[in-house]
Amino acid sequence: MATGGGQQARPTRPSSFSRVSSSSFSPASSSSTSTSLPPGVRIGANGAAFVSSGIPDLDRILGGGFLVRSVVMVMEDADAPHHLLLLRNFMSQGIVHGQSVLFAGPTKEPRSFLGTLPSPVVQKEGLKIKHDVSDVQDKEKGLRIAWQYKKYFGELTAVDSHNRDKKQEYSSDFDLRKPLERQLLNSQNIECISTQDAFDLSKLQNHCLTFVSKLSLKDGINSNAGRIAIQSLCAPQCGYFEKDWDMLSFIRSLRATVQSSNAVAVITFPASVLSNSISKRWQHLADTLLSVRAIPDEDKDLAKLLTGYQDMLGFLHVHKVAQFNSQVPVILDASTYSLKLQKRKSLVLERLNQAPVEGSSGVSYATSGSCSSSKGSLLDF
Amino acid sequence: MAEVGDLLAEAMGHSLPVGKVVLVGDCVETSGAFVLHLLLKRCLSLDSSFAVFVALSHPFSHYDRVLRKMGCNLSVQKKNGKLHFLELLDFSARSKENSVDDGFCKLYNEIRKAVETARSKDTKASCVYIMIDDISLLEIAADGSENDVLNFLHYCSTLTSEMDCLLIILNHEDVYSSEEAPRLLAHLQHLSDIEIRAAPLNTGLAADVHGQLTVINKGLLNDDRRSGRRIWNFQFKVKENSVEFFYPGSQH
Repeated sequence: MATGGGQQARPTRPSSFSRVSSSSFSPASSSSTSTSLPPGVRIGANGAAFVSSGIPDLDRILGGGFLVRSVVMVMEDADAPHHLLLLRNFMSQGIVHGQSVLFAGPTKEPRSFLGTLPSPVVQKEGLKIKHDVSDVQDKEKGLRIAWQYKKYFGELTAVDSHNRDKKQEYSSDFDLRKPLERQLLNSQNIECISTQDAFDLSKLQNHCLTFVSKLSLKDGINSNAGRIAIQSLCAPQCGYFEKDWDMLSFIRSLRATVQSSNAVAVITFPASVLSNSISKRWQHLADTLLSVRAIPDEDKDLAKLLTGYQDMLGFLHVHKVAQFNSQVPVILDASTYSLKLQKRKSLVLERLNQAPVEGSSGVSYATSGSCSSSKGSLLDF
Repeated sequence: MAEVGDLLAEAMGHSLPVGKVVLVGDCVETSGAFVLHLLLKRCLSLDSSFAVFVALSHPFSHYDRVLRKMGCNLSVQKKNGKLHFLELLDFSARSKENSVDDGFCKLYNEIRKAVETARSKDTKASCVYIMIDDISLLEIAADGSENDVLNFLHYCSTLTSEMDCLLIILNHEDVYSSEEAPRLLAHLQHLSDIEIRAAPLNTGLAADVHGQLTVINKGLLNDDRRSGRRIWNFQFKVKENSVEFFYPGSQH
C-alpha cells in the first residue's frame, strides 16, 4: 500500500501525550522536506489533516472539513438530487486546489458531469461580507436578538482577521450559477469512470488503486491529497446492482486503500434501493455519514414551523462524524441543517430556526391564530 | 478510580471471567469500540497476560494512539510478545484457489498458534483475550457466507474452554434487527456468556452522556457474587483517556 515517511500531509504524533499542536506535525525522523502542506490541506486538532468539502458551512460543522484518509458517505433522497450539490462542490474544491480527482458516475458519459461543476466566487466580495458580519456581531453582543431577526446575523464564527486569508484559501465559496473554467477541467489529474454498464466493481477498484498510488509517486515533493467522488454507487442502472456483497467488499477495500493514502472518498448512494440490513452495513462502513432530504414543496405545516422555509432546498442531517485516532464520539450542537442558496448562487447550511411556541396555548407564534399540528417530529434539531 | 470503570467491572463479574464469550453490540448512532479498548487495556495492564487482536476495521496506528491516550502502549506490548496484532483491513477469506473455508481455516490456525505459544511460555497466564473487531467485516470477507463465519466463530469459542481464554467480539447489532431471520445474531447471542450493548439515549444526543450500556451476564451464580443479578443498565461518557460509567442522574 502507499506509504511514505516523507509525505508531509500525513501527520504523526510527536509524543505519546496528546498535545494540540498545529504546526509541529512533521515526524521525528529526519526529513529534509519543508513543513509546508500540500495545497488545500489543513491540520486540525490531534494532528488530523483535513480537506475542505467545498462548502464552508459544512467544514465548520464537521470541525474542519473532511478528514483525509476517511470515507464520507451521503445517503441520497429519492425525490431530489441534492447530493449532487455536495459532490459538485467537493470536486470543484479539489480542482481549484490542483488536487487529483477521480469521479465515477452511473451514466454513459460521466465526463459531462464536470460541466456542471461550479466556479469559485470572486474572492474580494466574500472577504468584504465576512468583515461586515463579524463587526456587527461584535457590536450587538450585548443585545438579545429576537428570534425573527436571528437569521440576519447568522452563526457566530470565531474567525479572527489574522486567519481570514488562510481560511479563504482552504475553503472557497462556490457560485453555482457559473461553471468551472474549461482549462481547469482539462488537466491531467481528473479521471472519470462510468459505472453504468460495469458488470462488477473490479475495474473501478483497480482505478482507485492506481489513482491512490499516483498520489505518492512524487518523492521529495509534497504529494497532493486526492479526492475520490463516487455518485450513486448502488444505483439500479449499474450492472453490479444485485451483488450486495460485491458492493460491500468494494467499499471495504476502498476504505482500506484510502486509510493508507492521502485521499478522501465521498460516496453517495440511494439508501432506499437497498434492503434495511444492507443499508445499515453501508452506514457502518462510513467514517462520516450524512444524509440529504428533500423538502416537500408546499408543506404549510413546515412553513409555519420554520423560518425561512421558502428559501430552503432541503435538509442535511449529520449522522456520524469521523474522528482521528480517538475514541471520543463527536457530538454536534445540532445535527440537522437546512440547505439554502444564498443570493441564488452559493450553498449555505443553516441551523433550523424553530419559531417559539407560546406557553399557554401551545400555538407557535408563526401561525396566524389557528392551531395546527406541527410535524416537528420529522425533524430532529 | 478502579480500572475499567466500576460499573462495567461489576457487571462483568469482578474476578476476570475465563472460558467465556463476550459479545459487544453497537449501532450506527453509538459505537461500542470503546468497550474493546477498555478491555484490551485491562488485559494488557496485568502482569501475565496475552491478547490476540483481529483488526478488520482500523489499522494498528489507530488503536495504538487511542490506547496510548489511555495509558497503554501497544507497540511496546507487541514487542514484548504480549500482543499479537492481526491487521486484516484487506482480508478476504476467498482467494483464487481456495474457498472461503480455507481462508478462515488459516486465520483460525494463526490465532490458535498464537494462543498456544503464549500458554506454553506462561502456563499460568491469568488473562488471555481474543478480540475481533468486527463481525460484520468478517461477513464481508466471507462474501456474505454466514455459515463460514459461524463455523469460524464456533472454532474460536472452543479455544475459550480449551485454552482458558476469553473471546470478545464486536458486532453491529442494528444490521440484524431489521432482518427477517437474524440467524447470525441469534447464534452469537446463544454463544455468548456476557452481552454488552451500547445504544443511544432515548432522549437523543447529549454532550455529557454519550449513550447507555446494557450488560447481560448469563454466567451461573458464582460463590463470590453477592446477588444473582444478571442485567445492568447504566450510562457512559467516553473520554480520551478513560470512560465514565454512572447510573442516570448520578454523574458526580
